[in-house]
Amino acid sequence: MTTHAIEAEGLVKAFGTTRAVDGVDLRVPRGAVYGVLGPNGAGKTTTIRMLATLIRPDEGRARIMGRDVVREADAVRGLMSLTGQLASVDEDLTGRENLVLLARLLGFRGRGARARATELLDAFDLADAAERQVKHYSGGMRRRLDIAASLVVTPELLFLDEPTTGLDPRSRLVVWDIVRALVGEGTTVLLCTQYLDEADQLAARIAVIDHGRVIAEGTPGQLKASVGRAALRLRLLDPSDRPAAEEVLARVAGAQPVPDGDPAGLSVPVPDSGRAAAALSALDAAGVGVADFALGQPSLDEVFLAITGHHAEDEEADG
Amino acid sequence: MTTTPTTPAERELTERVHAALATGARPARPGAVATTLAFGWRGMLKIKHVPEQLLDVTVTPVMFLLMFTYLFGGAVAGSTGDYLQYILPGVLVQSVLFTAVYSGVTLNTDVTKGVVDRFRSLPVWRPAPLVGALLGDAVRYAIAGTVTVVLGVVMGFRPDEGVAGVVLGMLLVVVFAFALSWVFTTLGLLLRTPNAVLNAGFLGVFPLLFISNIFVDPATLPSWLEAFVDVNPIAHLVTATRELMDGGASAGDVGLVVAEAAVITAVFAPLTVRLYRRA
Ligand SMILES: Nc1ncnc2c1ncn2[C@@H]1O[C@H](COP(=O)(O)OP(=O)(O)OP(=O)(O)O)[C@@H](O)[C@H]1O
Ligand SMILES: [Mg+2]
Repeated sequence: MTTHAIEAEGLVKAFGTTRAVDGVDLRVPRGAVYGVLGPNGAGKTTTIRMLATLIRPDEGRARIMGRDVVREADAVRGLMSLTGQLASVDEDLTGRENLVLLARLLGFRGRGARARATELLDAFDLADAAERQVKHYSGGMRRRLDIAASLVVTPELLFLDEPTTGLDPRSRLVVWDIVRALVGEGTTVLLCTQYLDEADQLAARIAVIDHGRVIAEGTPGQLKASVGRAALRLRLLDPSDRPAAEEVLARVAGAQPVPDGDPAGLSVPVPDSGRAAAALSALDAAGVGVADFALGQPSLDEVFLAITGHHAEDEEADG
Repeated sequence: MTTTPTTPAERELTERVHAALATGARPARPGAVATTLAFGWRGMLKIKHVPEQLLDVTVTPVMFLLMFTYLFGGAVAGSTGDYLQYILPGVLVQSVLFTAVYSGVTLNTDVTKGVVDRFRSLPVWRPAPLVGALLGDAVRYAIAGTVTVVLGVVMGFRPDEGVAGVVLGMLLVVVFAFALSWVFTTLGLLLRTPNAVLNAGFLGVFPLLFISNIFVDPATLPSWLEAFVDVNPIAHLVTATRELMDGGASAGDVGLVVAEAAVITAVFAPLTVRLYRRA
Protein backbone atom coordinates (compact mmCIF):
# COMPACT_ATOMS: atom_id res chain seq x y z
CA MET A 1 0.00 0.00 0.00
CA THR A 2 1.11 3.50 -0.66
CA THR A 3 -0.26 5.26 2.42
CA HIS A 4 2.06 5.52 5.36
CA ALA A 5 1.19 4.22 8.81
CA ILE A 6 1.63 7.74 10.12
CA GLU A 7 1.77 11.01 8.25
CA ALA A 8 2.09 14.11 10.39
CA GLU A 9 2.61 17.64 9.19
CA GLY A 10 3.48 20.61 11.32
CA LEU A 11 2.11 19.25 14.60
CA VAL A 12 2.13 21.87 17.36
CA LYS A 13 1.02 21.58 20.97
CA ALA A 14 1.62 24.24 23.58
CA PHE A 15 0.99 24.07 27.31
CA GLY A 16 0.82 27.66 28.45
CA THR A 17 4.01 29.19 27.19
CA THR A 18 5.82 25.86 26.70
CA ARG A 19 5.72 24.74 23.10
CA ALA A 20 5.96 21.04 23.96
CA VAL A 21 5.69 20.07 20.30
CA ASP A 22 6.75 22.77 17.91
CA GLY A 23 6.14 21.71 14.32
CA VAL A 24 6.76 17.98 14.05
CA ASP A 25 6.63 16.25 10.68
CA LEU A 26 6.70 12.47 10.53
CA ARG A 27 6.32 9.91 7.77
CA VAL A 28 6.28 6.43 9.22
CA PRO A 29 6.32 3.56 6.73
CA ARG A 30 4.20 0.50 7.43
CA GLY A 31 5.39 -2.79 8.84
CA ALA A 32 8.51 -1.73 10.73
CA VAL A 33 9.64 -0.13 13.94
CA TYR A 34 9.99 3.62 13.73
CA GLY A 35 12.05 5.10 16.56
CA VAL A 36 11.45 8.51 18.08
CA LEU A 37 14.53 9.41 20.03
CA GLY A 38 14.91 12.35 22.36
CA PRO A 39 15.88 13.43 25.87
CA ASN A 40 13.51 14.21 28.77
CA GLY A 41 11.01 16.88 27.86
CA ALA A 42 11.71 16.69 24.12
CA GLY A 43 8.02 16.27 23.34
CA LYS A 44 7.88 12.53 22.60
CA THR A 45 4.92 11.75 24.83
CA THR A 46 3.00 14.81 23.71
CA THR A 47 3.52 13.79 20.08
CA ILE A 48 2.26 10.25 20.78
CA ARG A 49 -0.75 11.60 22.66
CA MET A 50 -1.74 13.69 19.67
CA LEU A 51 -1.30 10.78 17.28
CA ALA A 52 -3.27 8.47 19.58
CA THR A 53 -6.22 10.93 19.65
CA LEU A 54 -5.80 11.71 23.36
CA ILE A 55 -5.16 15.41 22.83
CA ARG A 56 -5.93 17.70 19.92
CA PRO A 57 -3.06 19.34 18.08
CA ASP A 58 -3.09 23.14 18.28
CA GLU A 59 -1.81 23.26 14.72
CA GLY A 60 -0.96 20.85 11.95
CA ARG A 61 -2.58 17.58 11.06
CA ALA A 62 -1.88 13.89 11.23
CA ARG A 63 -3.23 10.76 9.64
CA ILE A 64 -3.00 7.18 10.84
CA MET A 65 -3.35 4.69 7.96
CA GLY A 66 -4.87 7.54 5.99
CA ARG A 67 -7.42 8.49 8.70
CA ASP A 68 -7.36 11.94 10.24
CA VAL A 69 -6.66 11.89 13.99
CA VAL A 70 -9.08 14.72 14.73
CA ARG A 71 -11.92 14.28 12.24
CA GLU A 72 -11.84 10.47 12.17
CA ALA A 73 -10.67 9.91 15.74
CA ASP A 74 -12.97 6.97 16.29
CA ALA A 75 -11.73 5.13 13.21
CA VAL A 76 -8.15 5.82 14.29
CA ARG A 77 -8.85 4.31 17.71
CA GLY A 78 -9.94 1.14 15.97
CA LEU A 79 -6.59 0.88 14.20
CA MET A 80 -4.09 1.50 16.95
CA SER A 81 -3.17 0.55 20.51
CA LEU A 82 -1.28 2.60 23.04
CA THR A 83 1.15 1.45 25.70
CA GLY A 84 1.76 4.69 27.52
CA GLN A 85 4.78 5.85 29.42
CA LEU A 86 2.93 5.37 32.71
CA ALA A 87 1.85 1.76 33.03
CA SER A 88 -1.72 2.07 31.75
CA VAL A 89 -3.12 -0.95 33.57
CA ASP A 90 -5.22 -0.92 36.72
CA GLU A 91 -2.97 -1.63 39.70
CA ASP A 92 -5.79 -2.69 41.97
CA LEU A 93 -6.98 -5.41 39.61
CA THR A 94 -5.24 -8.71 38.90
CA GLY A 95 -3.44 -9.27 35.62
CA ARG A 96 -6.22 -11.51 34.41
CA GLU A 97 -8.95 -9.03 35.36
CA ASN A 98 -7.17 -6.28 33.46
CA LEU A 99 -7.06 -8.36 30.29
CA VAL A 100 -10.63 -9.64 30.65
CA LEU A 101 -11.82 -6.07 31.07
CA LEU A 102 -10.08 -4.96 27.89
CA ALA A 103 -11.29 -8.01 26.01
CA ARG A 104 -14.86 -7.17 27.02
CA LEU A 105 -14.38 -3.55 26.00
CA LEU A 106 -13.17 -4.70 22.60
CA GLY A 107 -16.15 -6.92 21.98
CA PHE A 108 -15.25 -10.35 23.35
CA ARG A 109 -18.05 -11.78 25.46
CA GLY A 110 -18.06 -13.87 28.62
CA ARG A 111 -16.15 -17.04 27.92
CA GLY A 112 -14.45 -15.57 24.83
CA ALA A 113 -13.04 -12.71 26.91
CA ARG A 114 -11.68 -15.09 29.52
CA ALA A 115 -10.15 -17.33 26.88
CA ARG A 116 -8.44 -14.37 25.21
CA ALA A 117 -7.02 -13.26 28.56
CA THR A 118 -5.64 -16.73 29.20
CA GLU A 119 -3.97 -16.85 25.77
CA LEU A 120 -2.24 -13.54 26.37
CA LEU A 121 -1.18 -14.41 29.92
CA ASP A 122 0.42 -17.59 28.60
CA ALA A 123 2.10 -15.86 25.68
CA PHE A 124 3.63 -13.18 27.87
CA ASP A 125 4.75 -15.49 30.63
CA LEU A 126 2.30 -14.12 33.17
CA ALA A 127 0.21 -17.22 33.82
CA ASP A 128 1.71 -17.73 37.28
CA ALA A 129 0.98 -14.15 38.30
CA ALA A 130 -2.46 -14.00 36.68
CA GLU A 131 -4.43 -13.90 39.92
CA ARG A 132 -2.16 -11.39 41.66
CA GLN A 133 -2.94 -7.68 41.87
CA VAL A 134 -0.80 -5.69 39.44
CA LYS A 135 0.54 -3.49 42.24
CA HIS A 136 2.53 -6.51 43.39
CA TYR A 137 4.10 -7.07 39.95
CA SER A 138 7.73 -6.33 39.13
CA GLY A 139 8.49 -3.60 36.60
CA GLY A 140 9.14 -6.13 33.85
CA MET A 141 5.91 -8.04 34.50
CA ARG A 142 3.93 -4.82 34.53
CA ARG A 143 5.39 -3.81 31.17
CA ARG A 144 4.63 -7.19 29.66
CA LEU A 145 1.05 -6.97 30.91
CA ASP A 146 0.80 -3.46 29.56
CA ILE A 147 1.95 -4.59 26.14
CA ALA A 148 -0.32 -7.66 26.27
CA ALA A 149 -3.20 -5.29 27.05
CA SER A 150 -2.43 -3.46 23.81
CA LEU A 151 -2.63 -6.69 21.83
CA VAL A 152 -6.04 -8.01 22.89
CA VAL A 153 -6.96 -7.38 19.30
CA THR A 154 -3.97 -7.11 16.99
CA PRO A 155 -3.55 -3.43 16.13
CA GLU A 156 -2.31 -2.14 12.80
CA LEU A 157 -0.20 0.34 14.70
CA LEU A 158 1.21 0.13 18.22
CA PHE A 159 2.52 3.13 20.14
CA LEU A 160 5.17 2.21 22.69
CA ASP A 161 6.27 5.09 24.90
CA GLU A 162 9.60 4.29 26.57
CA PRO A 163 8.78 0.62 27.04
CA THR A 164 12.08 -0.29 28.69
CA THR A 165 12.81 2.71 30.90
CA GLY A 166 13.49 1.40 34.38
CA LEU A 167 13.74 -2.26 33.36
CA ASP A 168 16.68 -4.52 34.12
CA PRO A 169 18.74 -5.71 31.13
CA ARG A 170 17.01 -9.10 30.94
CA SER A 171 13.48 -7.68 30.98
CA ARG A 172 14.63 -5.19 28.42
CA LEU A 173 15.70 -7.94 26.04
CA VAL A 174 12.35 -9.68 26.49
CA VAL A 175 10.51 -6.49 25.52
CA TRP A 176 12.77 -6.14 22.49
CA ASP A 177 11.97 -9.71 21.45
CA ILE A 178 8.26 -9.03 21.79
CA VAL A 179 8.57 -5.95 19.60
CA ARG A 180 10.45 -7.93 16.95
CA ALA A 181 7.85 -10.70 17.04
CA LEU A 182 5.10 -8.12 16.57
CA VAL A 183 6.72 -6.49 13.62
CA GLY A 184 7.23 -9.96 12.16
CA GLU A 185 3.42 -10.22 12.19
CA GLY A 186 3.03 -7.02 10.22
CA THR A 187 2.23 -4.53 12.96
CA THR A 188 3.82 -1.10 12.67
CA VAL A 189 5.42 0.10 15.92
CA LEU A 190 6.14 3.68 16.87
CA LEU A 191 8.72 3.44 19.64
CA CYS A 192 9.69 6.41 21.77
CA THR A 193 12.94 6.03 23.63
CA GLN A 194 15.76 7.90 25.27
CA TYR A 195 18.24 5.16 24.36
CA LEU A 196 20.13 5.18 21.11
CA ASP A 197 21.00 1.50 21.42
CA GLU A 198 17.31 0.61 21.74
CA ALA A 199 16.41 2.56 18.62
CA ASP A 200 19.47 1.10 16.94
CA GLN A 201 18.49 -2.48 17.82
CA LEU A 202 14.86 -2.22 16.80
CA ALA A 203 14.13 0.66 14.50
CA ALA A 204 14.33 0.72 10.70
CA ARG A 205 14.22 4.51 10.81
CA ILE A 206 14.68 7.03 13.57
CA ALA A 207 13.53 10.60 14.12
CA VAL A 208 15.58 12.52 16.67
CA ILE A 209 13.54 15.17 18.43
CA ASP A 210 14.60 17.98 20.70
CA HIS A 211 12.66 21.00 21.96
CA GLY A 212 9.58 19.76 20.14
CA ARG A 213 11.19 19.59 16.71
CA VAL A 214 12.56 16.81 14.54
CA ILE A 215 16.23 17.66 14.23
CA ALA A 216 17.39 14.61 12.32
CA GLU A 217 15.78 11.69 10.54
CA GLY A 218 17.11 8.60 8.86
CA THR A 219 18.20 5.01 9.26
CA PRO A 220 20.32 4.22 12.32
CA GLY A 221 23.33 3.91 10.01
CA GLN A 222 22.78 7.35 8.51
CA LEU A 223 22.39 8.92 11.94
CA LYS A 224 25.52 7.34 13.28
CA ALA A 225 27.43 8.34 10.22
CA SER A 226 26.33 11.92 10.81
CA VAL A 227 27.76 11.71 14.32
CA GLY A 228 31.05 10.29 13.26
CA ARG A 229 32.64 6.93 13.40
CA ALA A 230 32.87 4.61 16.35
CA ALA A 231 35.92 4.97 18.55
CA LEU A 232 38.40 2.44 19.89
CA ARG A 233 39.12 3.36 23.49
CA LEU A 234 42.01 1.71 25.25
CA ARG A 235 44.12 1.87 28.36
CA LEU A 236 47.82 1.02 28.30
CA LEU A 237 49.56 -1.22 30.82
CA ASP A 238 52.40 1.29 31.01
CA PRO A 239 51.69 5.02 30.50
CA SER A 240 55.24 5.55 29.23
CA ASP A 241 54.32 3.49 26.11
CA ARG A 242 52.05 6.32 25.10
CA PRO A 243 54.12 7.93 22.33
CA ALA A 244 54.73 4.52 20.73
CA ALA A 245 51.04 3.65 20.96
CA GLU A 246 50.02 6.94 19.40
CA GLU A 247 52.39 6.41 16.52
CA VAL A 248 51.08 2.86 15.83
CA LEU A 249 47.42 3.89 16.09
CA ALA A 250 47.85 6.91 13.82
CA ARG A 251 49.41 4.66 11.20
CA VAL A 252 46.89 1.78 11.35
CA ALA A 253 43.64 3.62 12.04
CA GLY A 254 44.49 6.53 9.80
CA ALA A 255 43.39 9.11 12.33
CA GLN A 256 45.05 11.02 15.14
CA PRO A 257 44.53 9.39 18.59
CA VAL A 258 43.23 11.69 21.29
CA PRO A 259 44.17 11.42 24.96
CA ASP A 260 41.48 11.18 27.58
CA GLY A 261 41.61 12.10 31.29
CA ASP A 262 43.51 8.97 32.25
CA PRO A 263 47.31 9.24 31.60
CA ALA A 264 47.24 5.65 30.31
CA GLY A 265 44.08 6.13 28.25
CA LEU A 266 43.56 7.17 24.65
CA SER A 267 40.99 6.76 21.95
CA VAL A 268 41.06 6.75 18.18
CA PRO A 269 38.18 6.92 15.66
CA VAL A 270 37.89 3.72 13.60
CA PRO A 271 35.63 3.03 10.63
CA ASP A 272 34.79 -0.55 11.62
CA SER A 273 35.65 -3.41 13.99
CA GLY A 274 38.12 -4.90 11.47
CA ARG A 275 40.27 -1.80 11.65
CA ALA A 276 40.04 -1.85 15.44
CA ALA A 277 41.27 -5.44 15.52
CA ALA A 278 44.12 -4.54 13.17
CA ALA A 279 45.08 -1.65 15.43
CA LEU A 280 45.15 -3.94 18.47
CA SER A 281 47.33 -6.55 16.81
CA ALA A 282 49.68 -3.82 15.54
CA LEU A 283 50.06 -2.60 19.12
CA ASP A 284 50.76 -6.15 20.21
CA ALA A 285 53.36 -6.57 17.46
CA ALA A 286 54.99 -3.31 18.55
CA GLY A 287 55.23 -4.64 22.10
CA VAL A 288 52.77 -2.13 23.60
CA GLY A 289 50.78 -3.80 26.40
CA VAL A 290 47.06 -3.00 26.53
CA ALA A 291 45.26 -3.29 29.89
CA ASP A 292 41.76 -3.08 28.40
CA PHE A 293 39.93 -1.77 25.38
CA ALA A 294 36.44 -1.10 24.15
CA LEU A 295 34.91 -0.35 20.79
CA GLY A 296 32.38 2.36 21.55
CA GLN A 297 29.25 3.19 19.61
CA PRO A 298 28.43 6.87 19.62
CA SER A 299 26.17 7.49 22.60
CA LEU A 300 22.90 9.39 22.51
CA ASP A 301 24.76 12.25 24.05
CA GLU A 302 27.28 12.22 21.22
CA VAL A 303 24.43 12.19 18.70
CA PHE A 304 22.97 15.19 20.43
CA LEU A 305 26.22 16.96 20.71
CA ALA A 306 26.85 16.44 17.03
CA ILE A 307 23.39 17.45 15.82
CA THR A 308 22.42 20.18 18.24
CA GLY A 309 25.69 21.36 19.65
CA HIS A 310 24.48 20.79 23.18
CA HIS A 311 24.48 17.80 25.52
CA ALA A 312 21.27 15.86 26.13
CA GLU A 313 21.72 16.47 29.87
CA ASP A 314 21.50 20.22 29.40
CA GLU A 315 17.75 19.75 29.05
CA GLU A 316 15.61 20.28 32.11
CA ALA A 317 16.06 16.94 33.77
CA ASP A 318 12.63 16.79 35.41
CA GLY A 319 10.37 15.97 32.43
CA MET B 1 15.64 -4.13 11.40
CA THR B 2 13.95 -7.48 12.00
CA THR B 3 16.78 -9.66 13.12
CA THR B 4 15.90 -13.33 13.28
CA PRO B 5 15.82 -14.68 16.82
CA THR B 6 18.81 -16.75 17.77
CA THR B 7 18.58 -18.18 21.27
CA PRO B 8 16.06 -20.96 21.95
CA ALA B 9 14.33 -18.85 24.62
CA GLU B 10 13.92 -16.04 22.14
CA ARG B 11 12.54 -18.38 19.48
CA GLU B 12 10.06 -19.80 21.97
CA LEU B 13 8.87 -16.36 23.03
CA THR B 14 8.51 -15.30 19.42
CA GLU B 15 6.44 -18.39 18.69
CA ARG B 16 4.14 -17.80 21.64
CA VAL B 17 3.63 -14.14 20.79
CA HIS B 18 3.01 -15.19 17.21
CA ALA B 19 0.39 -17.72 18.33
CA ALA B 20 -1.33 -15.20 20.58
CA LEU B 21 -1.51 -12.70 17.76
CA ALA B 22 -2.59 -15.14 15.10
CA THR B 23 -5.83 -15.97 16.96
CA GLY B 24 -6.78 -12.32 16.90
CA ALA B 25 -9.92 -12.23 14.78
CA ARG B 26 -11.42 -8.91 15.76
CA PRO B 27 -14.87 -9.33 17.33
CA ALA B 28 -17.73 -6.94 16.54
CA ARG B 29 -17.59 -3.66 18.35
CA PRO B 30 -19.62 -3.76 21.59
CA GLY B 31 -22.55 -1.41 22.13
CA ALA B 32 -22.80 1.40 24.65
CA VAL B 33 -24.61 -0.76 27.21
CA ALA B 34 -22.16 -3.67 27.08
CA THR B 35 -19.25 -1.25 27.38
CA THR B 36 -20.80 0.59 30.31
CA LEU B 37 -21.50 -2.70 32.07
CA ALA B 38 -17.89 -3.77 31.58
CA PHE B 39 -16.75 -0.59 33.34
CA GLY B 40 -19.37 -1.22 36.03
CA TRP B 41 -17.81 -4.64 36.51
CA ARG B 42 -14.46 -2.93 37.01
CA GLY B 43 -16.06 -0.83 39.76
CA MET B 44 -17.24 -4.00 41.50
CA LEU B 45 -13.76 -5.52 41.27
CA LYS B 46 -12.43 -2.37 42.94
CA ILE B 47 -14.81 -2.87 45.85
CA LYS B 48 -13.53 -6.43 46.15
CA HIS B 49 -9.85 -5.48 45.98
CA VAL B 50 -9.92 -2.18 47.88
CA PRO B 51 -12.50 -2.69 50.62
CA GLU B 52 -10.69 -0.14 52.83
CA GLN B 53 -12.31 2.69 50.93
CA LEU B 54 -15.77 1.41 51.74
CA LEU B 55 -14.74 0.92 55.34
CA ASP B 56 -13.50 4.51 55.60
CA VAL B 57 -16.79 5.94 54.55
CA THR B 58 -18.98 3.64 56.62
CA VAL B 59 -17.02 3.96 59.83
CA THR B 60 -17.63 7.71 60.02
CA PRO B 61 -21.44 7.51 59.89
CA VAL B 62 -21.44 4.57 62.28
CA MET B 63 -19.45 6.67 64.73
CA PHE B 64 -21.76 9.63 64.24
CA LEU B 65 -24.79 7.47 64.77
CA LEU B 66 -23.47 6.03 68.01
CA MET B 67 -21.99 9.28 69.33
CA PHE B 68 -24.85 11.59 68.51
CA THR B 69 -27.54 9.18 69.63
CA TYR B 70 -26.05 8.40 73.01
CA LEU B 71 -24.23 11.68 73.76
CA PHE B 72 -26.72 14.26 72.56
CA GLY B 73 -29.93 12.28 72.23
CA GLY B 74 -31.03 13.07 75.79
CA ALA B 75 -30.11 16.73 75.55
CA VAL B 76 -31.43 17.47 72.06
CA ALA B 77 -34.55 15.34 71.86
CA GLY B 78 -35.25 14.33 75.42
CA SER B 79 -34.56 10.65 74.79
CA THR B 80 -32.01 8.66 72.81
CA GLY B 81 -34.77 6.62 71.17
CA ASP B 82 -36.57 9.67 69.80
CA TYR B 83 -33.34 11.21 68.65
CA LEU B 84 -32.29 8.06 66.79
CA GLN B 85 -35.67 8.09 65.07
CA TYR B 86 -34.95 11.68 64.02
CA ILE B 87 -31.33 11.45 62.87
CA LEU B 88 -31.14 8.06 61.17
CA PRO B 89 -32.39 9.15 57.73
CA GLY B 90 -29.96 12.07 57.86
CA VAL B 91 -27.03 9.88 58.83
CA LEU B 92 -27.96 7.62 55.94
CA VAL B 93 -27.71 10.64 53.63
CA GLN B 94 -24.40 11.57 55.22
CA SER B 95 -22.81 8.15 54.79
CA VAL B 96 -23.85 7.87 51.18
CA LEU B 97 -22.70 11.38 50.26
CA PHE B 98 -19.29 10.78 51.84
CA THR B 99 -18.99 7.74 49.59
CA ALA B 100 -19.83 9.91 46.59
CA VAL B 101 -16.70 12.03 47.17
CA TYR B 102 -14.68 8.92 46.35
CA SER B 103 -16.09 8.83 42.81
CA GLY B 104 -13.99 11.92 42.14
CA VAL B 105 -10.99 10.53 43.97
CA THR B 106 -11.09 7.29 41.97
CA LEU B 107 -11.37 9.12 38.67
CA ASN B 108 -8.46 11.39 39.55
CA THR B 109 -6.38 8.34 40.48
CA ASP B 110 -7.15 6.82 37.07
CA VAL B 111 -6.03 10.00 35.35
CA THR B 112 -2.81 10.42 37.33
CA LYS B 113 -1.88 6.74 36.98
CA GLY B 114 -2.41 6.68 33.22
CA VAL B 115 -5.24 4.12 33.07
CA VAL B 116 -7.53 6.73 31.55
CA ASP B 117 -5.15 7.09 28.60
CA ARG B 118 -5.77 3.51 27.66
CA PHE B 119 -9.54 3.76 28.07
CA ARG B 120 -9.63 6.91 26.00
CA SER B 121 -7.61 5.31 23.22
CA LEU B 122 -10.18 2.52 22.81
CA PRO B 123 -12.88 2.63 20.15
CA VAL B 124 -15.75 2.63 22.66
CA TRP B 125 -18.69 4.85 23.55
CA ARG B 126 -16.89 7.82 25.10
CA PRO B 127 -18.82 8.39 28.36
CA ALA B 128 -18.82 4.63 29.13
CA PRO B 129 -15.89 4.68 31.60
CA LEU B 130 -17.58 7.47 33.56
CA VAL B 131 -21.10 6.09 33.57
CA GLY B 132 -19.85 2.58 34.27
CA ALA B 133 -17.75 3.75 37.21
CA LEU B 134 -20.74 5.58 38.67
CA LEU B 135 -22.86 2.44 38.33
CA GLY B 136 -20.24 0.62 40.35
CA ASP B 137 -20.32 3.49 42.83
CA ALA B 138 -24.10 3.17 43.15
CA VAL B 139 -23.47 -0.31 44.50
CA ARG B 140 -21.11 1.18 47.06
CA TYR B 141 -23.74 3.72 48.05
CA ALA B 142 -26.22 0.91 48.58
CA ILE B 143 -23.73 -0.94 50.80
CA ALA B 144 -22.91 2.16 52.86
CA GLY B 145 -26.62 2.93 53.21
CA THR B 146 -27.49 -0.61 54.23
CA VAL B 147 -24.79 -0.65 56.92
CA THR B 148 -26.21 2.56 58.40
CA VAL B 149 -29.82 1.40 58.36
CA VAL B 150 -29.03 -2.04 59.77
CA LEU B 151 -27.07 -0.50 62.62
CA GLY B 152 -29.93 1.89 63.23
CA VAL B 153 -32.44 -0.93 63.42
CA VAL B 154 -30.19 -2.80 65.85
CA MET B 155 -30.07 0.34 68.00
CA GLY B 156 -33.85 0.61 67.96
CA PHE B 157 -34.79 2.57 64.82
CA ARG B 158 -38.39 1.69 63.95
CA PRO B 159 -39.57 3.47 60.79
CA ASP B 160 -43.35 3.92 60.49
CA GLU B 161 -43.36 3.12 56.80
CA GLY B 162 -41.61 -0.22 57.31
CA VAL B 163 -39.35 -1.97 54.86
CA ALA B 164 -40.96 -0.42 51.79
CA GLY B 165 -40.42 3.08 53.16
CA VAL B 166 -36.79 2.39 54.00
CA VAL B 167 -36.14 0.95 50.54
CA LEU B 168 -37.75 3.95 48.85
CA GLY B 169 -35.79 6.32 51.06
CA MET B 170 -32.53 4.58 50.23
CA LEU B 171 -33.38 4.63 46.55
CA LEU B 172 -33.93 8.37 46.67
CA VAL B 173 -30.60 8.87 48.45
CA VAL B 174 -28.76 6.72 45.91
CA VAL B 175 -30.34 8.63 43.01
CA PHE B 176 -29.29 11.94 44.54
CA ALA B 177 -25.78 10.66 45.28
CA PHE B 178 -25.47 9.45 41.69
CA ALA B 179 -26.27 13.00 40.56
CA LEU B 180 -23.96 14.62 43.08
CA SER B 181 -21.07 12.33 42.15
CA TRP B 182 -20.92 14.13 38.78
CA VAL B 183 -19.86 17.19 40.77
CA PHE B 184 -17.05 15.19 42.34
CA THR B 185 -15.95 13.68 39.03
CA THR B 186 -15.76 17.21 37.64
CA LEU B 187 -13.62 18.12 40.61
CA GLY B 188 -11.62 14.93 40.03
CA LEU B 189 -10.72 16.12 36.55
CA LEU B 190 -9.94 19.69 37.56
CA LEU B 191 -7.64 19.05 40.51
CA ARG B 192 -4.16 17.60 40.30
CA THR B 193 -4.00 14.87 42.92
CA PRO B 194 -6.43 12.36 44.45
CA ASN B 195 -5.76 13.91 47.85
CA ALA B 196 -6.70 17.37 46.68
CA VAL B 197 -9.99 15.95 45.41
CA LEU B 198 -10.62 14.24 48.73
CA ASN B 199 -9.94 17.40 50.71
CA ALA B 200 -11.91 19.71 48.45
CA GLY B 201 -14.78 17.22 48.32
CA PHE B 202 -15.06 16.89 52.07
CA LEU B 203 -14.59 20.61 52.55
CA GLY B 204 -17.54 21.14 50.23
CA VAL B 205 -19.91 18.57 51.70
CA PHE B 206 -19.19 19.14 55.40
CA PRO B 207 -20.95 22.51 55.76
CA LEU B 208 -23.80 21.33 53.57
CA LEU B 209 -24.25 18.27 55.75
CA PHE B 210 -23.93 20.03 59.10
CA ILE B 211 -25.85 23.20 58.33
CA SER B 212 -28.90 21.13 57.53
CA ASN B 213 -31.67 19.36 59.35
CA ILE B 214 -29.73 16.14 59.94
CA PHE B 215 -28.89 16.68 63.59
CA VAL B 216 -31.12 19.51 64.78
CA ASP B 217 -34.51 20.95 64.02
CA PRO B 218 -33.74 24.04 61.93
CA ALA B 219 -36.44 25.97 63.83
CA THR B 220 -33.97 26.14 66.74
CA LEU B 221 -31.30 27.87 64.58
CA PRO B 222 -30.66 31.62 64.22
CA SER B 223 -32.76 32.90 61.35
CA TRP B 224 -29.88 33.45 58.91
CA LEU B 225 -28.77 29.81 59.36
CA GLU B 226 -32.32 28.63 59.03
CA ALA B 227 -32.55 30.50 55.77
CA PHE B 228 -29.50 28.59 54.53
CA VAL B 229 -31.01 25.26 55.56
CA ASP B 230 -34.19 26.16 53.67
CA VAL B 231 -32.30 26.34 50.37
CA ASN B 232 -29.78 23.56 51.09
CA PRO B 233 -30.53 20.69 48.68
CA ILE B 234 -29.13 18.21 51.16
CA ALA B 235 -31.70 19.38 53.70
CA HIS B 236 -34.37 18.81 51.08
CA LEU B 237 -33.04 15.31 50.55
CA VAL B 238 -33.05 14.62 54.29
CA THR B 239 -36.62 15.88 54.63
CA ALA B 240 -37.88 13.72 51.78
CA THR B 241 -35.99 10.64 53.01
CA ARG B 242 -37.32 11.12 56.50
CA GLU B 243 -40.84 11.36 55.16
CA LEU B 244 -40.46 8.29 52.99
CA MET B 245 -39.19 6.25 55.92
CA ASP B 246 -41.16 7.66 58.77
CA GLY B 247 -44.38 8.89 57.25
CA GLY B 248 -45.78 12.04 55.68
CA ALA B 249 -44.13 11.85 52.26
CA SER B 250 -45.39 14.43 49.80
CA ALA B 251 -44.98 14.44 46.07
CA GLY B 252 -43.73 18.00 46.36
CA ASP B 253 -40.83 17.19 48.70
CA VAL B 254 -39.75 14.09 46.79
CA GLY B 255 -40.25 15.83 43.47
CA LEU B 256 -38.06 18.73 44.56
CA VAL B 257 -35.19 16.33 45.32
CA VAL B 258 -35.58 14.51 42.01
CA ALA B 259 -35.64 17.86 40.19
CA GLU B 260 -32.50 19.02 41.99
CA ALA B 261 -30.78 15.75 41.12
CA ALA B 262 -31.78 16.23 37.50
CA VAL B 263 -30.42 19.79 37.40
CA ILE B 264 -27.11 18.77 38.99
CA THR B 265 -26.74 15.93 36.49
CA ALA B 266 -27.68 18.13 33.54
CA VAL B 267 -24.96 20.61 34.46
CA PHE B 268 -22.15 18.42 35.73
CA ALA B 269 -22.43 15.25 33.66
CA PRO B 270 -21.75 17.05 30.35
CA LEU B 271 -19.04 19.08 32.07
CA THR B 272 -17.34 15.91 33.30
CA VAL B 273 -17.57 14.31 29.87
CA ARG B 274 -16.06 17.38 28.25
CA LEU B 275 -13.19 17.57 30.70
CA TYR B 276 -12.65 13.84 30.36
CA ARG B 277 -12.23 14.14 26.60
CA ARG B 278 -9.23 16.34 27.08
CA ALA B 279 -7.90 14.89 30.35
N1 LIG C 1 -0.11 18.39 30.53
C1 LIG C 1 0.94 19.21 30.50
N2 LIG C 1 0.88 20.45 31.03
C2 LIG C 1 1.92 21.28 30.99
N3 LIG C 1 3.11 20.99 30.44
C3 LIG C 1 3.26 19.78 29.89
C4 LIG C 1 2.19 18.82 29.89
N4 LIG C 1 2.62 17.70 29.26
C5 LIG C 1 3.89 17.94 28.90
N5 LIG C 1 4.28 19.17 29.27
C6 LIG C 1 5.60 19.80 28.99
O1 LIG C 1 5.87 19.64 27.62
C7 LIG C 1 7.22 19.30 27.40
C8 LIG C 1 7.32 18.01 26.63
O2 LIG C 1 6.84 16.96 27.44
P1 LIG C 1 6.75 15.44 26.96
O3 LIG C 1 6.15 14.68 28.08
O4 LIG C 1 6.08 15.37 25.65
O5 LIG C 1 8.28 15.06 26.79
P2 LIG C 1 8.94 13.62 26.61
O6 LIG C 1 9.82 13.73 25.43
O7 LIG C 1 7.92 12.57 26.58
O8 LIG C 1 9.85 13.52 27.89
P3 LIG C 1 10.20 12.24 28.83
O9 LIG C 1 11.34 11.56 28.19
O10 LIG C 1 10.57 12.86 30.12
O11 LIG C 1 8.97 11.40 28.91
C9 LIG C 1 7.87 19.26 28.78
O12 LIG C 1 8.49 20.51 28.99
C10 LIG C 1 6.71 19.07 29.72
O13 LIG C 1 6.99 19.65 30.96
MG1 LIG D 1 7.52 10.98 27.73
